Amino acid sequence: MPESLLYCSLHDPVSPCPAGYVTNKSVSVWGVGGRVEMTASKFMAIQQALQPDWFQCLSDGEATCDEATSIKRARKSVDRSLLFLDNCLKLQEESEVLQKSMIIGVIEGGDVMEERLRSARETAKRPVGGFLLDGFQGTPTTLETRLHLLSSVTAELPEHKPRLICGVSQPDEVLECIERGVDLFESFFPYQATERGCALTFSFDYQPIPEETLLQQNGTQEEVNYVDQTKKSKTTSCNQEMTSFEINLKEKKYQEDFDPLVRGCRCYCCKNHTRAYLHHLLVTNELLAGVLLMMHNFEHYFGFFQAIREALKSDRLAQLKELIHRQAS
Amino acid sequence: MAVVASPTSLESAPRIMKLVAECSRSRARAGELRLPHGPVATPVFMPVGTQATMKGITAEQLDALGCRICLGNTYHLGLRPGPELIQKARGLHGFMNWPHNLLTDSGGFQMVSLVSLSEVTEEGVRFRSPYDGDETLLSPERSVEIQNALGSDIIMQLDDVVSSTVTGPRVEEAMYRSIRWLDRCIAAHQRPDKQNLFAIIQGGLDADLRATCLEEMTKRDVPGFAIGGLSGGESKGQFWRMVALSTSRLPKDKPRYLMGVGYATDLVVCVALGCDMFDCVFPTRTARFGSALVPTGNLQLKKKQYEKDFRPIDPECACPTCQKHSRAFLHTLLHSDNTAALHHLTVHNIAYQLRLMSAVRASIVEKRFPDFVRDFMGTMYGDPTLCPSWATEALASVGITLG
Repeated sequence: MPESLLYCSLHDPVSPCPAGYVTNKSVSVWGVGGRVEMTASKFMAIQQALQPDWFQCLSDGEATCDEATSIKRARKSVDRSLLFLDNCLKLQEESEVLQKSMIIGVIEGGDVMEERLRSARETAKRPVGGFLLDGFQGTPTTLETRLHLLSSVTAELPEHKPRLICGVSQPDEVLECIERGVDLFESFFPYQATERGCALTFSFDYQPIPEETLLQQNGTQEEVNYVDQTKKSKTTSCNQEMTSFEINLKEKKYQEDFDPLVRGCRCYCCKNHTRAYLHHLLVTNELLAGVLLMMHNFEHYFGFFQAIREALKSDRLAQLKELIHRQAS
Repeated sequence: MAVVASPTSLESAPRIMKLVAECSRSRARAGELRLPHGPVATPVFMPVGTQATMKGITAEQLDALGCRICLGNTYHLGLRPGPELIQKARGLHGFMNWPHNLLTDSGGFQMVSLVSLSEVTEEGVRFRSPYDGDETLLSPERSVEIQNALGSDIIMQLDDVVSSTVTGPRVEEAMYRSIRWLDRCIAAHQRPDKQNLFAIIQGGLDADLRATCLEEMTKRDVPGFAIGGLSGGESKGQFWRMVALSTSRLPKDKPRYLMGVGYATDLVVCVALGCDMFDCVFPTRTARFGSALVPTGNLQLKKKQYEKDFRPIDPECACPTCQKHSRAFLHTLLHSDNTAALHHLTVHNIAYQLRLMSAVRASIVEKRFPDFVRDFMGTMYGDPTLCPSWATEALASVGITLG
């Protein structure tokens, strides 16, 4: 894929990452072959082989907002990450092949404001190409605190360097983060939807024709109710539960639905196939189901981001946010 | 049991086959099928898309590979999603959005091979659905009814299928019953103008039974004939003799469809014996085991030897997989936790089969088919004389020598 910008993250957003594997000298990652422990030099050797355009620096991400972190642990995550960063920067200087790659500095510090600010300020002093805001995932109860933390952190970062965030991918959460200065997100949400046999159908058309809005509202309402009921039933092997941004094509009601997944969507799946066909493919466990769903879900999700960019340019983000919020359960 | 002769032939079955060239030595022919969803060059290999999908690849990908006819499966589709729904979706073509031709088999083979609790009577095949436990009867009439709803361009008669390893009176019973079921299928067929009903020659490995079946079935004026009941557990020696016997007695101006054959060597030999159409799950199935088909056999890409092999599967192959990816990349994908490799390999293996058939056809048209066969065997086995003896015999029987 020579036309794309390649970013190498430390962890796979959809795989579990057991805690307790970070030391002062190394960080462990998990893959098909099991656990791989990396010191800064081993990590940089791998980056030299991969030669990505950007890569997340080796970092200690175990102090998250998910569980209450001790100040001590939060401090350690910041200290270690800065040490890793300095080591990696030095190794990058010595590597010719990595001159064209950019190191992304990682902001740590758990849910401790003081540590987060320290991490942001110190990382910003280094010659990094951008910043990754790590460990900001959590539960709805901690949402307010986390968002507040996020705002405080981004305020410390230079305007002209990109801000990435990991672990956040759902449309409503994405918008909250964008309002607080985040630029780049992982697209694992459409992937997870695909894995559970679901198609993204949420609307991001914040300037619709009034009659269409009404029809959509009617449609959305019916589906939201249905979702509330089915959410309680057991989920598939996928970790995450289905959201109100999607429809579950395995449901019997799609058996004879000859509409495309989303009317007007220009993806290959919507231009060529129906909900009934996708339902059949899912029920018969056919490989093509995932292929078609992934095509649609990416198209839809990237369409959402296109809408965000346009809304920002025309100063209408509030409208888009309101629309998305209405569809969040 | 004597045949109650009532050759209910179709008034005037469409002549769907146009011969373009014939090999002057062997029985190989190149032709063109004129079907409702477009022409199909023969000899042709038809990939099997059992459940209204080609195992992970899109209709667009299949079209881009040059496929103009593929198979759907009446047994599977008849159960899920069922003929009524497919009819609402504007037939199988509409349901899977396939613009080219479709061939559906009758469901007979699956019934017998997949379902342990099936029982064959004169009425039809009675079986229990594996999905909801309901008992159903697949009769000739019901099979044709389902296939009429599916709307495929070629439909197959329901035949009484018996494994080629079975001997004794059951084989004869099945052969005569298949004739009677052919007549019932012809009578039940509601759309002869839109769908071409093929007969299936049975008779097992018994030359006399096969000859009888051929004689009777060719009295019926169907648009095409399939050679069934082979490519099971029989020896290759018996296999080719039954194919040769069949093609010698089938009309020249109608297509000969050899069911269940798909290994490269078998395809080449059976074209020499006079067959025009083939289907087999092998190329698509073997792809899902990490196996890539090449002119010298196959590559087991999961094996360590491909870990750092940066060549494409086949440097001569023009398929998207070979254009873009290396063996090493596919090897790594095969050892990952996602299905990506399977899609790439399915694309390549179908491309391989179609390319082989194209090459066979070109050689017939250009009057060099025997040389093509020799080259093919040389590449596959190292030397033409090293090809399996059954193939050597079969080719010799139609005037092609390999030594």
